Amino acid sequence: MHSIGVYIHIPFCVQKCVYCDFLSGPATRQRQQEYMQALLREIVWESKYYTQYVIKTIFIGGGTPSILEAEEIAEILNCLRAHYQMDAKAEITLEMNPGTVDRNKLLKLKNSGINRLSIGLQSADNAELQMLGRIHTYEDFLWAYHQAREVGFININIDLMSALPGQHMDSWIRTLNKAVALQPEHISAYSLIIEDGTPLYENRDAWDPVPDEEEDRQMYQQTKQILAEYGYYRYEISNYAKVGYECKHNCIYWQRGVWHTTDFVGFGLGASSTVGNWRWKNTESIKRYLLVFQKHNAKLYDSRLTDNSSVGQSVKEEVVRLLDVEQMEEFMFLGLRMMEGVSKQEFMASFAESMDKRYGAALQKWIQLGMMVQSGDIVKLTEQGIDVSNTILSSFV
Amino acid sequence: MSSIDQSKIRNFCIVAHIDHGKSTLADRIIEKTGLLTSREMQDQILDNMELERERGITIKAQTVRTVYKAQDGNEYIFNLIDTPGHVDFNYEVSRALAACDGAILVVDAAQGIEAQTLANVYLALDHDLDVFPVINKIDLPSARPDWVKNEIEDVIGIEAQDAPLISAKNGIGIEEVLEAIITKIPAPRGSVDNPLQALIFDSVYDSYKGVIVFCRIMEGKVSKGTKIRMMATGATADVVEVGYFGAGQFIPCDELSAGMVGYLTASIKNVKDTAVGDTITDAQNPCEEPLPGYKKVLSMVYCGLYPADGAKYPDLRDALEKLQLNDASLFYEPETSVALGFGFRCGFLGLLHLEIIQERLEREYNLDLVTTAPGVVYKVYKTNGEVVELTNPSNLPDPSEIDYMEEPIVTAEIMVTTEFIGSIMELCQERRGRYLGMDYVEETRALLKYELPLNEIIYDFFDALKSRSRGYASFDYDIKGYEQSELVKLDILINKEEVDALSFIVHKQSAYDRGRRMCEKLKDEIPRHLFEIPIQAAVGGKVIARETVKAMRKDVLAKCYGGDITRKKKLLEKQKEGKKRMRQVGNVEIPQKAFMSVLKLDDSK
Repeated sequence: MHSIGVYIHIPFCVQKCVYCDFLSGPATRQRQQEYMQALLREIVWESKYYTQYVIKTIFIGGGTPSILEAEEIAEILNCLRAHYQMDAKAEITLEMNPGTVDRNKLLKLKNSGINRLSIGLQSADNAELQMLGRIHTYEDFLWAYHQAREVGFININIDLMSALPGQHMDSWIRTLNKAVALQPEHISAYSLIIEDGTPLYENRDAWDPVPDEEEDRQMYQQTKQILAEYGYYRYEISNYAKVGYECKHNCIYWQRGVWHTTDFVGFGLGASSTVGNWRWKNTESIKRYLLVFQKHNAKLYDSRLTDNSSVGQSVKEEVVRLLDVEQMEEFMFLGLRMMEGVSKQEFMASFAESMDKRYGAALQKWIQLGMMVQSGDIVKLTEQGIDVSNTILSSFV
Repeated sequence: MSSIDQSKIRNFCIVAHIDHGKSTLADRIIEKTGLLTSREMQDQILDNMELERERGITIKAQTVRTVYKAQDGNEYIFNLIDTPGHVDFNYEVSRALAACDGAILVVDAAQGIEAQTLANVYLALDHDLDVFPVINKIDLPSARPDWVKNEIEDVIGIEAQDAPLISAKNGIGIEEVLEAIITKIPAPRGSVDNPLQALIFDSVYDSYKGVIVFCRIMEGKVSKGTKIRMMATGATADVVEVGYFGAGQFIPCDELSAGMVGYLTASIKNVKDTAVGDTITDAQNPCEEPLPGYKKVLSMVYCGLYPADGAKYPDLRDALEKLQLNDASLFYEPETSVALGFGFRCGFLGLLHLEIIQERLEREYNLDLVTTAPGVVYKVYKTNGEVVELTNPSNLPDPSEIDYMEEPIVTAEIMVTTEFIGSIMELCQERRGRYLGMDYVEETRALLKYELPLNEIIYDFFDALKSRSRGYASFDYDIKGYEQSELVKLDILINKEEVDALSFIVHKQSAYDRGRRMCEKLKDEIPRHLFEIPIQAAVGGKVIARETVKAMRKDVLAKCYGGDITRKKKLLEKQKEGKKRMRQVGNVEIPQKAFMSVLKLDDSK
């Protein structure tokens, strides 16, 4: 049996945040229900390809998946249980916006099998939250967090975002301190990237300036220091956890992970999948997605990956077979995001070629510049290297 | 065809300033002489290279023979010899003119005379050509033909009152031009019975026929089987074919005799054997003296050409080889640069020639090129008496071995409206110009004369001239000779390493200023690295200017997009994309465009 992670995309939210360029948006209740039906059909339809797989993680992301009724979330999980083999201890994460839940819903979610919550707080400063277009206050979050604890969630992530327009170090440190005071098991701390096409980008002149590069960098360093004091260790460039609470699902993306698999399948609009050396992405057109699955039209939707002629009839797009060299690239640039680094032996075992032979020049250059360090079989980024990881990782693609 | 009446031949060219309508008039002449139907006409028949058409200039001389039935009832053969219209090709122009007996001067009815008009018409008069003016674009609302007529008489000193008033574009007045060609341009002279004496005024390479030599028969005759000798190069060959020029095609005939213009082929492999200006004679019955005016073509401007992708070096070599087949004035030899790898040092007639070659390499041969700063040929007089002709700044001998250096000087004529005289004089001063004088062509226009070092005008002088005169100044120059000058080599050090491809020779006085601006420009062009990069300009090991590219401190890819690895990879690839266009010098990646952007340093744009 192979291990696999499952990603479920819920492309709905109450209102779009100003920085968000994910595939999501507000939708009517009817549209949400239509989508649910299509999603369940996709999960069922696809199941025949995964008889040799056992699900180790499920991540329900969005958008704001918690916008759905708890019953609907339960339905998704039940559907997966009914048609796939699932590890009894599978990590099942739900992304949650504090403004979309009450105690009763949290209880139902807990009972449905969700065992990990990822709560988007972003900032503990209400003015910053409002600026970002978040629908909740810090107090709303606090209330939801405590309710989640009370109903029995013992694995909670808090998402934070630094380098906001007008933000300074003191504000960021306050946010960090408030978050660690709650002792969540996991903290994701990203710095804001202003993406093309978002309101933040379009009206960038109207916003306060984002922190300059140096302050941004110091925020990152403060993050690590403060979180370390409270028992969180950085296991990935932007992710911190108490020992044993790393997000297993994300580890599948980044490395060969605990189960030595990089396989994950995504269901829902725009979801990406990588299984074996195949990669594809579902359509981003909700119309098409619904058309294919609404009527459970098996004729419209039937494609094995190798059958290119029918790809156009399905929701699967950008279907590619990964070349060895691409897999090597990904091994490097994804693996190096992990603080534990990449293993030369594992590289050799995977590709029958030595890492030094393929990337020796780059590795040597970065080691010389103090951006990477090698110990034994492992190469990894140094603190300095983490600060400029984009530049370094891009040298492996 | 062998018994052509010499008195019924007219060999002529058209001289004009760029855009005054030379090519359009040529088209009309060809059209009206009935050689082609209107349908066959391409818009501009003579300019058959794509590049030429886009730039509106004629690069290689082209020639066409047409037959005109005149009002006197006789048929006349017109050989219209096209001349390149740029100062870079002055020598080619002069040889093409030497093949003519007369010239039509085209002047724009609205613009009047320009610096280039003057230069070309004087060149024609120097060759004893009979020049008659036509005034073009008379249908423009801004046309002032009477004013232009007076200007032609005042400035050039040729009769202009009965100049045909035409619109080549709209076909107005063309008949009048055709008749004027017969009456105002003399028939050729020369005897068929004299030994062969023919002037080479152009050549092209054809992969089947070898070199096709364009020539004007001055004396004697040539036909298939004649054993010919090129008097300057000494090359000999047996003529395979002779003929004349249809529009865009070669039409064989039996014989070319005195007074005729045509081509010959003789299985000649190399255009270098058929140098423009050389005299062809009969090897068995040679003429006594070659025709005057032959000069060996010298490259005036040099630069390094490197393939952007090092693996394309052989492609670049092949492309240069092919271009040289048709362009004997293109010089190249292999060179290597620490920064740019393998490439070629190339010599050109001038900057336009350089740009044309560069564009043809990029367009016709699909090559991506990195060009180093163009330079002129300096003469380095060494203390041991040796004289070095320096074409690559990297080869400058050690300063202790140099006695003195000389640089080429040009005499320049700049036509400018009076309101801009001040700013143009300022520009010339900045470029170390020596003021020679100024003539008022009319109340509002003057002709400024300067001596300028060639190296001051090869980069961006023309641009600067245009921008400082709002496009009104026109410019022409002639090489005057060499003069002693205080020259130094300016080196650029990036991260303490000298970048050979960025070195150049500059006058001592300009060194500080140029160095400072180079550093500033490079600071903008070189992306931040993970470490600080000093950029220094140095003369003789002494740093005269410095800038710093600050280190990049933070560059972190934020969110993991729900497993959308493709998207993340695209972001990294985008970041990397630029790097492919970079050159590695030590630990520093220098964008290719940095090598070229530093050529244009004029601030006042």
